[in-house]
Amino acid sequence: MTKASATKLPRGMPTVTLESQKNGTMSKAKVKSAKKRVAEDDNDQLPIFDKDVTEKAGEEGDEDLSDSEESVFSGLEDSGSDIDDEEEDDGDDEDEDYDADVILDENLKNSSGVETSAEPAASDKSTPKQQDGKSASKERRKMKKGKGVAIDGRGEKGLTTTFQGLATAQQGDEYEHDTSDEEDIRNTVGNVPMEWYQDYPHIGYNLDGKKIFKPIRNKDELDEFLDKMENPDYWRTVHDKTTASDIRLTDEQVDLVHRLQKGQFGDVNFNEYEPSVDFFTNEVMIHPVTNRPQDKRSFIPSLIEKEKVSKLVHAIKMGWIKPRKPKETTPQYYDLWAKEDPNAILGRHKMHVPAPKMRLPGHEESYNPPPEYLLTEEERLVWEQQDAEDRKLPFLPQKHSCLRAVPAFSRFIHERFERCLDLYLCPRQRKMRVNVNPEDLIPKLPKPKDLQPFPTTMSLVYRGHTSLVRSISASPTGQWLVSGSDDFTVRFWEVNTGRCMKTLEVGGAVKSVAWNPNPAVCLVAVCFESTVLLLNPSLGDRLVVSSTDQLITSYEPPEEDKEQAVTWALSEGPEHNKGHRLTLTHPKAVKQVVWHGKGDYLSSVMPDNSSNLQVLIHQVSKRRTQNPFRKSKGLVQCVSFHPLRPYFFVATQRYVRIYNLIKQELTKKLMTNCKWISSMAIHPGGDNLICGSYDCRLAWFDLDLSTKPYKMLRHHKKALRGVAFHRNYPLFASGADDGSVIVCHGMVYNDLLQNPLIVPVKVLKGHQITHDLGVLDVTFHPTQPWVFSSGADATIRLFT
Amino acid sequence: MGGLQKKKYERGSATNYITRNKARKKLQLSLADFRRLCILKGIYPHEPKHKKKVNKGSTAPRTFYLLKDIRFLLHEPIVRKFREYKVFVRKLRKAYGKAEWTGVERLRDNKPGYKLDHIIKERYPTFIDALRDIDDALSMCFLFSTFARTGKCHVQTITLCRRLTVEWMNYVVTSRSLRKVFLSIKGIYYQAEVLGQLITWLVPYQFAHDHPTDVDYRVMATFTEMYTTLFGFINFRLYQTLNLVYPPKLDSKAESELKAEHEEDYAMDSESYLEKLSALSASLARVVATAEEEENQLDHFPTEGEDLENMQAREKEQKEQEAQKRLFEGLKFFLNREVPRESLAFILRCFGAEVSWDKSLCIGGTYEVTDETITHQIVDRPDMDKQYINRYYIQPQWVFDSVNAKMRLPVEDYFLGTTLPPHLSPFVEEKDGDYVPPEKLKLMALQRGENPVQEEEEDDDDEEEEEEDEEEEEEEELTEEKNLKKMEDKRAQGKTLAVKVTPGKVKPWETGSAGNKVRLEQEEKAEEKRLAIMMMKKKEKYLYDKIMFGKKRTTREVNKLTAKRKAHEDASKAQKKQKKAKKQ
Repeated sequence: MTKASATKLPRGMPTVTLESQKNGTMSKAKVKSAKKRVAEDDNDQLPIFDKDVTEKAGEEGDEDLSDSEESVFSGLEDSGSDIDDEEEDDGDDEDEDYDADVILDENLKNSSGVETSAEPAASDKSTPKQQDGKSASKERRKMKKGKGVAIDGRGEKGLTTTFQGLATAQQGDEYEHDTSDEEDIRNTVGNVPMEWYQDYPHIGYNLDGKKIFKPIRNKDELDEFLDKMENPDYWRTVHDKTTASDIRLTDEQVDLVHRLQKGQFGDVNFNEYEPSVDFFTNEVMIHPVTNRPQDKRSFIPSLIEKEKVSKLVHAIKMGWIKPRKPKETTPQYYDLWAKEDPNAILGRHKMHVPAPKMRLPGHEESYNPPPEYLLTEEERLVWEQQDAEDRKLPFLPQKHSCLRAVPAFSRFIHERFERCLDLYLCPRQRKMRVNVNPEDLIPKLPKPKDLQPFPTTMSLVYRGHTSLVRSISASPTGQWLVSGSDDFTVRFWEVNTGRCMKTLEVGGAVKSVAWNPNPAVCLVAVCFESTVLLLNPSLGDRLVVSSTDQLITSYEPPEEDKEQAVTWALSEGPEHNKGHRLTLTHPKAVKQVVWHGKGDYLSSVMPDNSSNLQVLIHQVSKRRTQNPFRKSKGLVQCVSFHPLRPYFFVATQRYVRIYNLIKQELTKKLMTNCKWISSMAIHPGGDNLICGSYDCRLAWFDLDLSTKPYKMLRHHKKALRGVAFHRNYPLFASGADDGSVIVCHGMVYNDLLQNPLIVPVKVLKGHQITHDLGVLDVTFHPTQPWVFSSGADATIRLFT
Repeated sequence: MGGLQKKKYERGSATNYITRNKARKKLQLSLADFRRLCILKGIYPHEPKHKKKVNKGSTAPRTFYLLKDIRFLLHEPIVRKFREYKVFVRKLRKAYGKAEWTGVERLRDNKPGYKLDHIIKERYPTFIDALRDIDDALSMCFLFSTFARTGKCHVQTITLCRRLTVEWMNYVVTSRSLRKVFLSIKGIYYQAEVLGQLITWLVPYQFAHDHPTDVDYRVMATFTEMYTTLFGFINFRLYQTLNLVYPPKLDSKAESELKAEHEEDYAMDSESYLEKLSALSASLARVVATAEEEENQLDHFPTEGEDLENMQAREKEQKEQEAQKRLFEGLKFFLNREVPRESLAFILRCFGAEVSWDKSLCIGGTYEVTDETITHQIVDRPDMDKQYINRYYIQPQWVFDSVNAKMRLPVEDYFLGTTLPPHLSPFVEEKDGDYVPPEKLKLMALQRGENPVQEEEEDDDDEEEEEEDEEEEEEEELTEEKNLKKMEDKRAQGKTLAVKVTPGKVKPWETGSAGNKVRLEQEEKAEEKRLAIMMMKKKEKYLYDKIMFGKKRTTREVNKLTAKRKAHEDASKAQKKQKKAKKQ
C-alpha cells in the first residue's frame, strides 16, 4: 500500500515545496531534504496531496495533466467512499456534519503532512530497515484497525483507517520531530476515542516514551468569544480533536470546502460538459480499410457446395425430388352420398329441431301489388313510428309501374344476415300447436227448451214507486205482492193485474219486506231505519185477515216481564186502521227481516261489526225476542231459516255459518271464495244453498258434499244483488247491477250420487240501469214459474 | 327415512343443458372459434321447457346448448385444425415481425386448411335431407355471387358461388323443375320442385350492393363456406341423376355454334366458358347420349274407392305438371336489353322456349332481332320505334304471371305501354275466410276455362256483380259465423249495406212468417250457445276467447282490405267518368 502511494510521489514533490514555502513554517533543512527527495523515488506520500498538486499543475507545467487528475479523483473519491462505507457500517449516531468535519480533518492532515512529509525521506535513508519493520507492523496494525472498524465502528477509527497513509506518513515523520512544539500535531494514539485523553495533559507518547503534551489550552467561553471577535481568521480555524489543536485553513482548502458544500467537483478545472468523442467515426469511408487483394478461393466454386448441388441434381434426375404440387384452390366434389345409409343418423338425436324455412312472400311484397295492399297515408305514418319489432310488415309495400323502375332492396344483406343469426344463435324449441275446434270447447248442455217451464218474457211492469225498490215479497197464495222502496212507502200489488192495491207511508226508506209464508196468517214484516213493522194488509180472504188480527190481540203478557232488546208496541187508532199491528223498535238500524217457514218466528239483522247484537229472533205469538249469539263473528250480511229443520244460516262478509238452533251450536262453516256476500237463498229441499256476491259471482253449495262451492257461476258482469230459489220448480234466479236477471235450471236429485245439474236457461233484461244500479231484488212466484224483479229504475217487473 | 339427501339440480333437465360459456370452456375454444364450429356443425341453442330449473334456480337470461351437442363437438377433428390455424397465424406474425420474408413465404405455402366433407355427410346422412335444407344455401350463394370482387370477401368465394349458382340454374333448366316465380320488391323468388322437394330461393336484383356496416361478414362467410361445400355436392349428385357431365359442359353441337362468336372478347378460356354456361341458352352435355327425355308414364294399378280417386287426382296433377313444363314450348323470345336477362332467360328456358338477346348484351345469343320467326319480344320501355308485325311486344311480367298461372295468359294486358295488372304472389294459398283479391278470382276463373274475354266497360259491371256475389257470400258466411261475432259483423254489414243501395233485394227472413220462423230458430240457437258459453270453465273460456279473438282479427283484416279495394275502385271509376265527361 505504501508502495502504491509512493509511485505517485514525484508529482507531489514540487507542491510540497510550494506549500511549505507558503506556510512559511518550513525550515531550510527541510527544504533541502525535500530537494534530496526529488531524486529519491521512494517516499511515503499521500495521494491526497495531489489535489494541491493539480491546482498548481497548470502553473508548474511540468506534469501530465490527465494523470494527475486521475490520481486526484481516485484519491478523493476513495476517501469519500470510505467514509461513506464506514458510516454505513457504523450505523452510529455521529453528527450530520461529521462529513464536513472529516473532510476538514483530512485537509488538516494533508496540510500538516505537507509540512512534515519532507522529513521521512531523510529518515528513510537512514533507517530503511527500521522502516520496513515498522511498515510491516503498521500494516498489521492497520489490519487490526480495519477489524476494529468493523467491530466497534467508531468514527475516529474510521477516520484513521481512511487516512492510513497519512498516519504512516506521520509516523515516518516521528524521527525528525523528536521534540514537539505547540504546532506538533502528530497523533500517536491511533484511532481511539479522544475522550480517553480528556483528563490527561498529553495525548499519546512519542518514540522515546515521552508524553506528547497537548498544547496548552485553557480557553474558556470568554476567550472563545474574544477570539471570535478579534481573530479575523476565526471563521477558518478548526479544532483538531486528535491533536487537540486549532488549525487555520488555507484559502484553497476553504474553496474546496465551499465547492463540496455546493455539490460541485473538487477540482476547479474539471469540465463536466466536455464534447463527446465517438469511438468510431460516423463518416462513411469510400476506400477499403485494407488494401488487401481478394482471396483466390472467393473466385473458385466451392467444392462442398458443388457436391451438394450434384447430389440434388442426381436426386431430381432419379425422380426422388419432385416439384411441389400446386395447391388446389377449387374444392373437389364427388358423390358424397354414394353409400348413404338412412339409418345412420350419426350426430343427431331425437332432440334435433330443424330450422324453420323462411316465410314465403305474400301479395303485399309484390313489386306491383293489388291496390288494397298498399298502405294509406296514416298507416304509413304509423308504420314509420313503430319500432322495428312491432311492425307487422318488415317493409313498406310499394307499387312500381314497371319492372324497370324497381330499385334494389336496401335491407337485402341485412335480412340474409339476420337469417344467419337466427340459424345459429336463436334458441329453438319444439312447440306443439293445439288445433282445437272452438266449438268443441263449448260444453254440451241440455237444451233450455227441454227444461221448460221457466220465465221467458217480461209480461208486466208495476209502476208507482218513485225511488229504487229495495225489496219485494210475494204472498204465499201468489195473489199479492208487496214492495218496499226508498221513497218511504210500502206498496201492495195485485200480481195478475199490476194494480197497486194499497200504499202505506212509513217513516223511512224501506230496507226489507217479507210476507209471512204461513197461508193462514196475513202478516207482512217491513223494516225501515231501526223499526220492524208488522202489517196486516187486509188483502185476500177476510177470514184469514180477521184471524190474524185475533192472533195478535189474543196475546197475554206473561207475569214476569223480562227485559228485552226490543220493545214491542201494539198499534192503535189511525195506525191500526192503516194496517199497522205491531211495532218492534230496535236499538240499531235494521237491514233485513226474514220469516221462518212456519210463520211464527221472525229474524231481523242489524249489521254492526263490533257488537254481538246483530241478529235477533222474534216470536210473534209470544212477543218475545232473543239474541242467539254471544259473540260477533263479523259483519252479518243476511240470515235465513232452514225451510224444514231447525237450522239457522248466517252470512257474514265471506263465510256462511250454519247453526243448529236446538243444540245451539255451529254445524258448518261454508267458504264461499267470495269477497263480499250480498245475498243468500236456500233450496226448498234444504240441502243446497246459493250465495250471490258483490264480486259478480254466484256460488252453489251442496251442503252434503263440501263446505266449498260445488260450482262458481260468473254469469253476471256486475255485482249480484239478489238471488232466489223457486219453491216448486227447479229454478233459481239472480239479479245483478248489469240490469239482467239470469234464470238457471238448478235440478237437485234425490239420488245422493248425482250432482245437481245447473243450466242457465234465460237471460231476462228489462230494467234500466240508474245510478249504476240495476236489479235490486228477485223473488219467484210461489206457485207459477214466474219471477219478479225490482230495480233501481223504481219499477217491478214480472217475467213469465 | 335414511338414504342420501337428494341435491337440487343434479338430475333431470338441469344436467341436460349447458350454458354457452361453460360449453366454450369445455371445448377450450375462443368465442369466434366456437361460433364458427356451431355454424359449421349446425349446433344451435335450445330453449328448455323449464328455464328456471335448467338455470339452477336463477332467472338470468342465458342461452343453453344441449350437453349432448357439446359432447358431440368434443370429438370434432376440425377443432384441431382451428388450433393449427391459430398457431399458423402466430408463427406468421412472428415472421412478419422479424421481417423473415422467406419464412413468411414458406409458412404461407403450408397454410393449414380444412375440408367440410365429413361434416356435410354427418349433418345430412341422406341426399334428401341435404336437399331439404338447401333453401338458405341457395339464397346465400346467389347473394354472394352478386358481390363485387373487391373488399368484403375472398374473390375465390365469389367465383365459386357464381359457378355453383350457374350450375344450379343449368340443372333446373335441364330438369325443367321450376314451378313458381315471383317479382317482389326484395328480389325475385323462384320455387323449384327437385326430387319431390319444394325449394325456394331469392335472388336480388342486379344492382351494386350498398354494404351495411352493422353486418358481420365473417359470420356470413362462414355460412357460405359451409353452404358452398354442401351446394357443390348436391350439384354433383343432381347432375349425376340426369346423366349430365359434372362440372357441366356444353353440348358439343351448341359449343360449336357458340364458338364462332365473341371468343376474342374474353381473355381466359375458363372465364368465357363460365359466361357461356351462365348464358343458359345452350343445353348441356350428357354422359350417356340420350335423344330426349322419355316420357315416364305412371303405371296403372287396379285400385278401388278412395285409392282410385287419389290415383286419379295424382294422374291429373301429373298431367298438369307436364303441361306446365311445356308452357312456352315452340315460342321464340327475344329479350330487349333493358329487361333482366338472366332471370328471364332462366325462366323461359325452364319452360321450353327459345331465347336470344342482343349480341352486345351477353355472350350466347343465338339469333338476331331481325329474325322473322320470333313470336314474342320482351320489352320494358314505354314505346318502341321499329316494331315487327308478326310478334308480340310484351312486358316481362307476362312471363312471370303465365308461369304462376300455369297457362299462357292473354297478352293484351301486358302490351307495350299498358298499365300492368297487379302481380300476385303465387305462394299464397287462401283458406276460407281469407281475403282473396279479385284478380286472383279472375285468374281462377280463367284456369277453370271460363270465358274471360270482356270489353272494358262490361268488365266494370262485371266486377260490381262479382262484388255483390262476394258480399252475399259474406252474408251467408255471417249467418254461419259465431254468435259472439255476430254483433260486430252485423255492424260491418250494416255499413256496407248503407253504402250500397240494391233495389228489390230483401233479406229472406224479413218477408213472411216462414222467414220469421227461421229467424226465431236462429236466435234461439244463438242464445243457447251464449248460455252454454256462460257455463264454460275458466281455462277453456280463455282458450276459446283467444281463438275467437284471432278469428275476429282475420275477419277484421279481410273487411279492411275489401273496404280499401272498394274505395280504390270507386275513386278510379269516378276518375274515368270525369275523363269521359271531359272528352264529351
